[in-house]
Amino acid sequence: MTATHNSKAASVSFRNVTKVYGGDVRAVGNISVDIAAGTLVTLLGPSGCGKTTTLRLIAGLEMSTSGTITIGDNDVTNLPATDRDVSMVFQSYALFPHMSVLENVSYGLKFSGFNKAESKERALAGLKLVGLDGYDSRLPSELSGGQQQRVAVARALVLEPQVLLFDEPLSNLDAKLRRQVREEIREIQQTLGLTVVYVTHDQEEALAVSDRIIVMNNATIAQDGTPRELYDAPANRFVADFIGEANIMACEISAVAVDVAQVKLGDIHLNLPSRGLHSGPAFLAVRPNRVIVDVPGVANSIPGSIVRLTYVGNHLEYTLETTHGELFATSSDVESKLKVGDPVAVRFAEKGPVLLRD
Amino acid sequence: MLLWLIVGWVGFCLVPWYGVEDGFFSFVWLFEGYPFDSDYAPALFLLFQGEKTWLLPLVLFLLGPLQAMAKPRSDPAHARLLIIYGALGFGWLIAQGFAIGISGWQFGWLESLFGPLGDRQFGMGYGAMLVASAFLFVFTQGIAARGAVNGDIFVVGAIGFIIAIVTVFVFYPILSMLSSAFITQDNAYSISVFFEKFTDKRLWGLACLSGGRCGAAWNSLVLAILVGALTTILGLIFALVVTRTGFRFKRGLRAMTVLPIITPPFVIGLAIILLFGLSGSVTQFVADVFGIAPTRWIYGMPGVLIAQILAFTPIAFLVLIGVVEGVSPSMEEAAQTLRASKWDTFRTVSLPLMRPGIANAFLLGFIESMADFGNPLVLGGNFDVLSTEIFFAIVGAQYDQGRAAILALVLLAFTLAAFYAQRFWLGKKSYTTMTGKGDSGVHPHLPKRLAIPVFAIAGVWTIFTATIYVMIFYGSVVELWGVNNALTFKHYLTAFSLKMGENGLLWTGSAWDSFWTTLQIAAISAPLTAAVGLVTAYLLTRQKFAGKNAFEFGTMLSFAIPGTVIGVSYILAFNVPPIEITGTGIILVVSFIFRNMPVGVRAGIASMSQLDKSLDESSLTLGANSWQTFLHVILPLLKPAILAALVYSFVRAMTAISAVIFLVSAEYNMATSYIIGRVENNDYGLAIAYSTTLIMVMLAAVGLLQILVGRTNVGRRLDQSRTNVTAHTKPIG
Ligand SMILES: Nc1ncnc2c1ncn2[C@@H]1O[C@H](COP(=O)(O)OP(=O)(O)O)[C@@H](O)[C@H]1O
Ligand SMILES: [Mg+2]
Repeated sequence: MTATHNSKAASVSFRNVTKVYGGDVRAVGNISVDIAAGTLVTLLGPSGCGKTTTLRLIAGLEMSTSGTITIGDNDVTNLPATDRDVSMVFQSYALFPHMSVLENVSYGLKFSGFNKAESKERALAGLKLVGLDGYDSRLPSELSGGQQQRVAVARALVLEPQVLLFDEPLSNLDAKLRRQVREEIREIQQTLGLTVVYVTHDQEEALAVSDRIIVMNNATIAQDGTPRELYDAPANRFVADFIGEANIMACEISAVAVDVAQVKLGDIHLNLPSRGLHSGPAFLAVRPNRVIVDVPGVANSIPGSIVRLTYVGNHLEYTLETTHGELFATSSDVESKLKVGDPVAVRFAEKGPVLLRD
Repeated sequence: MLLWLIVGWVGFCLVPWYGVEDGFFSFVWLFEGYPFDSDYAPALFLLFQGEKTWLLPLVLFLLGPLQAMAKPRSDPAHARLLIIYGALGFGWLIAQGFAIGISGWQFGWLESLFGPLGDRQFGMGYGAMLVASAFLFVFTQGIAARGAVNGDIFVVGAIGFIIAIVTVFVFYPILSMLSSAFITQDNAYSISVFFEKFTDKRLWGLACLSGGRCGAAWNSLVLAILVGALTTILGLIFALVVTRTGFRFKRGLRAMTVLPIITPPFVIGLAIILLFGLSGSVTQFVADVFGIAPTRWIYGMPGVLIAQILAFTPIAFLVLIGVVEGVSPSMEEAAQTLRASKWDTFRTVSLPLMRPGIANAFLLGFIESMADFGNPLVLGGNFDVLSTEIFFAIVGAQYDQGRAAILALVLLAFTLAAFYAQRFWLGKKSYTTMTGKGDSGVHPHLPKRLAIPVFAIAGVWTIFTATIYVMIFYGSVVELWGVNNALTFKHYLTAFSLKMGENGLLWTGSAWDSFWTTLQIAAISAPLTAAVGLVTAYLLTRQKFAGKNAFEFGTMLSFAIPGTVIGVSYILAFNVPPIEITGTGIILVVSFIFRNMPVGVRAGIASMSQLDKSLDESSLTLGANSWQTFLHVILPLLKPAILAALVYSFVRAMTAISAVIFLVSAEYNMATSYIIGRVENNDYGLAIAYSTTLIMVMLAAVGLLQILVGRTNVGRRLDQSRTNVTAHTKPIG
């Protein structure tokens, strides 16, 4: 999965980890997860779902209420932050305002047993890696937001930690810079073979950088998989909705045979992976680009009409009123002659719809 | 771990167990019979000589931790053993200290239980001190190993240390003093005596509403509220002038506000009498020009109020300047870009963010006023306040320890109430403004409608202060105030003359002895005070642990207790073993540390609550431990607070009088008590000359401290931003 392999990068695993604040706020509830060495894993979820808390549990800035945390082969559950080989890039960067860029970056090296010359050499190399050579004697207040962010990354990187943590590192940057920096982070992670745990609430960012995404909701894991798995086969309503857009429709499973479910939705009949579901009412998720707007009357479709139609340059966006509720569809056929009010038939592309587990 | 055990063994085997007569810093014992002379012998040698056999169990408790070290840190038995041996050792040390005194058993029941003891012991010395710290830190490491505060040895140790010293030097003396609130003249305990004294009319009377005299409790309370509010307002005004105006003479103003703090408190009182007293210059002038008959209006509430405001505004200023500077300019700039005018910005952003500073400044002013002793003594007249009443209860003809204790209780209740009111007002809001993002930008200037009154008030106050100091200086070079106004230097010569003798320089001036003692004591106690204060502030703002509120209460308590009470209680508690330090320099140093530490704590808390926690956390995740984080990240960002704490404790040690007057001895006489002695002999000239000299010395010392501590550059892009450039103001510095 990774290009090179870093000897220090380590796996992280959570076994039934729970974190309760002040007796009643359950920020992380009974989570078990494994993060392989040398991979970039994102924690994705809406604000307040427990991402930062999970990250701080890995860092050792919070102690779990119950459960065990291991990094590599070591049980670190009761180890404080100082004694864990983990470094973290803070959302606010947390650069020490009274130290120069170089002093900031060599700060951790000083406590890792490197002598002055070595520290400096490594710190300069780290700055070079993030494209900041020549800025070493400035104070953080003399840098732009993006540059400060890079200093924070360099400061964590030079320690070659077993695990590197990022808490919404791009939230203070502008959109252009965000794309650029996230690609840089990904590149550095891959060339150095680092284990990175990355928190974000931005699904696009997560899809772009991750080897794996852990979607969190209400202090628990909603789904855990590769970006592709999450996108193509969301496990539940929450994930389907949170990652990309999805049309969620009620349907009926009429029979299940060897993991294949026969699904009925109006006149549409589908054979889909059953994903452990049994006969009865169920829900189906379909991505907008898998919804096909066709001429009325085609087979295996439901009737509807166009409510709204928007041209957005490289594709068209339809809002459709159907017998099974409102649907959102996109089409790359920008030359279409359809207009608002036209009756249409709606069908699904093959491999489009997936059954939701709950 | 090993380190503390070694310290313990050194304390037990190598250094004298008991206090050495010649003083803490004298080492003559090395050459006079050590290690066999039983006055100087280490505990081990005493035991070999068959003396002080009750120290024997300590050997066991010092060996015990070795057993724990054989086990890995993760083994619960490791922690348990450390806790057990630490606690037993510490407990035994204290128990034997209290049980056996100068004349054998201290308590009758022990004597009847074990029979008379043929041996006795004196106050603890180096040996006992080292062994006690060893036990303490063995104990805290055990607690840490059990996982308290994330298993952080430094933090748990620091908490344990602060608790131990505060208990010994604050709670123990105060408790032994308060227990005397229930003691009758003939040494029996009685509740009814307590109530009789507590409900005294002299304490709670309200006769002043109808022309009589009010009780001391009401007087103190009203005075303290006024002083707290007015000093806070004035302090804020000066802080704003210095940080948010184009004012050219900032440095001069800073120095001006520092002046009163380096003045012994009663000197301001004296100067006010020289100005407004019956034969004061202003009074005479007004009488001549307007024909108004001189009155004694200044004696009482007005005089004390003026003197205290002059004396305590600088404290408010020192607290507020850090906070006012700390408000992140980007927040103010943000507000301005949100279409808030300068006035709106100030009202809705700057001022609320300064709330912790304002609350702290008020609290300090309130407590200082409550505890002040010099000014009410000089200017009070018929206006009784608690602190002077306590003094007269003990020193006066009545000699009533019980009454003094009860007055102290009332005083304590008021200060604690203020303390809780402050916490209630601040609530749980976050006032963090210095985040880890390098903050650029500058503070906006004050809005016009605020700038004008601020300048006016600052100006009037400055002129007034200047007049006071001119009077003081003039008084020191006048033959005899009001009688013979000829100029002379004779007061200075009497105090500080030098002669070349046969063996070199002779310090013939009468003041040299007390002068050098004062300098030495102040120089020793200032850094210790600042250190203890800032470590405490760090623990309070940065660490979570059980019993934190009680901890904060304990560390602030000593501040709420007036010096007089501290003085008396120290004499009562530390006159006899196990801690026998009355009459030494140590008792002075210790009393200064615990009287002044709360200022360090407050200043530290105010600044530290403006440092975002992610700064510490990132340092921790970068592999620094909490001690290194404290050293490299917190401390450098706290330089203003460090300076405030150092300056304050140094100056306080040089100017304090209330506690000192009870604690000085022939060998360790302090400048202030010497001066009060001169005042009692009506030798005003010498008293004022000496005071003036002290002021000069402190000015130099404060300047020196400023250079030593230095500034931490966190970078503000420019001194002035475009929004600040107006027609009349030009950037300076
Ligand atoms: N120190 C704390 N004390 C109490 N509750 C907290 C604390 N930190 C976070 N929480 C709560 O825990 C939940 C998860 O927070 P967090 O992990 O910061 O979420 P996010 O996913 O946005 O990073 C939230 O409901 C938050 O209010
Ligand atoms: Mg978060």
